[in-house]
Amino acid sequence: MSDTDEVADAGFDDWLDAAETGDAYCLECANGHGSLPPRRVCPDCGSTDLEEVDLPETGEIETFTITHVPTPAFEEDAPYATAIANFGPVRITGQVVGVDPETVETGLEVALAVTVSETTGERVIGFQPVSA
Amino acid sequence: MANVRVAGTGLTAFGASPERTGRDLFAEASIAAFEDSGVPRDDVEAVFYGNFMGELAEHQGHQGPLMAEAAGVQAPATRFESACASSGAAVREAVKRIRTGENDVLLVGGAERMTNLGTAGATEALAIAADDLWEVRAGTTFPGAYALMAQAYFDVFGGDQEDLAHIAVKNHENALPNEKAQYQRAIEVSDVLEAPPVSEPLGLYDACPISDGASALVLTSEDYAADYGLEAPVAITGTGQGGDRMALHDREHLARSPAAREAGEEAYADAGIDAGDIDVAEVHDCFTIAEVLALEALDLEPIGEGISAARDGRTTADGELPVNLSGGLKAKGHPVGATGASQVAEMAMLLAGTHPNSDHVADATTGVTHNAGGTVASAMVHVLEVVA
Repeated sequence: MSDTDEVADAGFDDWLDAAETGDAYCLECANGHGSLPPRRVCPDCGSTDLEEVDLPETGEIETFTITHVPTPAFEEDAPYATAIANFGPVRITGQVVGVDPETVETGLEVALAVTVSETTGERVIGFQPVSA
Repeated sequence: MANVRVAGTGLTAFGASPERTGRDLFAEASIAAFEDSGVPRDDVEAVFYGNFMGELAEHQGHQGPLMAEAAGVQAPATRFESACASSGAAVREAVKRIRTGENDVLLVGGAERMTNLGTAGATEALAIAADDLWEVRAGTTFPGAYALMAQAYFDVFGGDQEDLAHIAVKNHENALPNEKAQYQRAIEVSDVLEAPPVSEPLGLYDACPISDGASALVLTSEDYAADYGLEAPVAITGTGQGGDRMALHDREHLARSPAAREAGEEAYADAGIDAGDIDVAEVHDCFTIAEVLALEALDLEPIGEGISAARDGRTTADGELPVNLSGGLKAKGHPVGATGASQVAEMAMLLAGTHPNSDHVADATTGVTHNAGGTVASAMVHVLEVVA
């Protein structure tokens, strides 16, 4: 991991803080393009007028994988399921938690749940299936 | 637009040589390229060099001048970094530089030392081609990112692991006579399906190996090739580059690579050809699914149908469009910074009739190379043609 020191990544760590308290957001421009922080310019249209907008409570898994060969930062976590979930204005990549990875499938409804790496103790974006 | 001749090509063997430094690898490739070209080192006006993970693998930045020195060239040198498309980027900029008339002779190539990092270290190093904050910190690995694309492809277009296995089998078969290849070893579909999973649905045999190696090209203007009577029948006649959002989750479609489509369309237009003119292709098959996405992006297979190309024999050595006759990244190996220029080297040899697999494409006049960085946030496509 590049974040080996105590210095936070402004924008990203703030977002994790918000997600931990159930206040996750994304950025949206006047044209309705969603994006993730830290960001000053809309990557779709160049607008610099970006506003924080609440993320919907749940998203839907669009694709997933079960990783058996991890980077060293997730050595103790493997095997784990990583998924891309659609939350409307943005898609997010996260680890599916609280269920057997083998039961993860496309279309599954998930809520954001910040978790921690078993290997490093660092915070990790997690997805909790809402039916579980 | 003036063509750029491939005057000489040089490749090290790709494979595991953990103790060899990047400078030693590139020196070997450059010696071979100079010998092949007959061009004196003194005539080289600049070195364009691709490398991705030199800081992590060798604690070495600023590799341009280091590699010029290793090659025995006294000329300005620049390193290009576009993840696994690093030397594809170097080739593209070299082509443009020669076309403007600013230079007549350039040494172009790349090198990567990877196996000294071990599997975990190389996995970590490769992962930095993804978005660190929003992908890597969620546990995305490189195989993981391509696995996400493979699963998305299966869900949208169909196909399965067995279809992908045929791509691995084909590329291993193609590598058999290629002495530069990391794996000169035939495999069967069952080997691929029974291999340990890396990131499901991709297994060990869906993935290219971790490799050390280097590639070098001596590129010249048409005028220089004519003035010095060079034996250089193959030219780079088209170049194109495409870009996309960095993170896979920000792509419009999770199972397509529009950056490669953009690069292909630009390169075809530049060369004045269309996809139907292409006789042979070298594409960036870092994972089996990547070959599928490449063929569809390059308009060599319809969207949603590339998955069956190897299985149905369309892209095998004796198929209508042989793909990755070198063995591809899958079997030839993938020292990432060397790959883009190595594809151009392999294609030039295939078209010139000097490649061990040239007999499969004896009448071919037009080839395409496709080099991708990250999950195809960068794509470099080149068209090569026999012009003399």
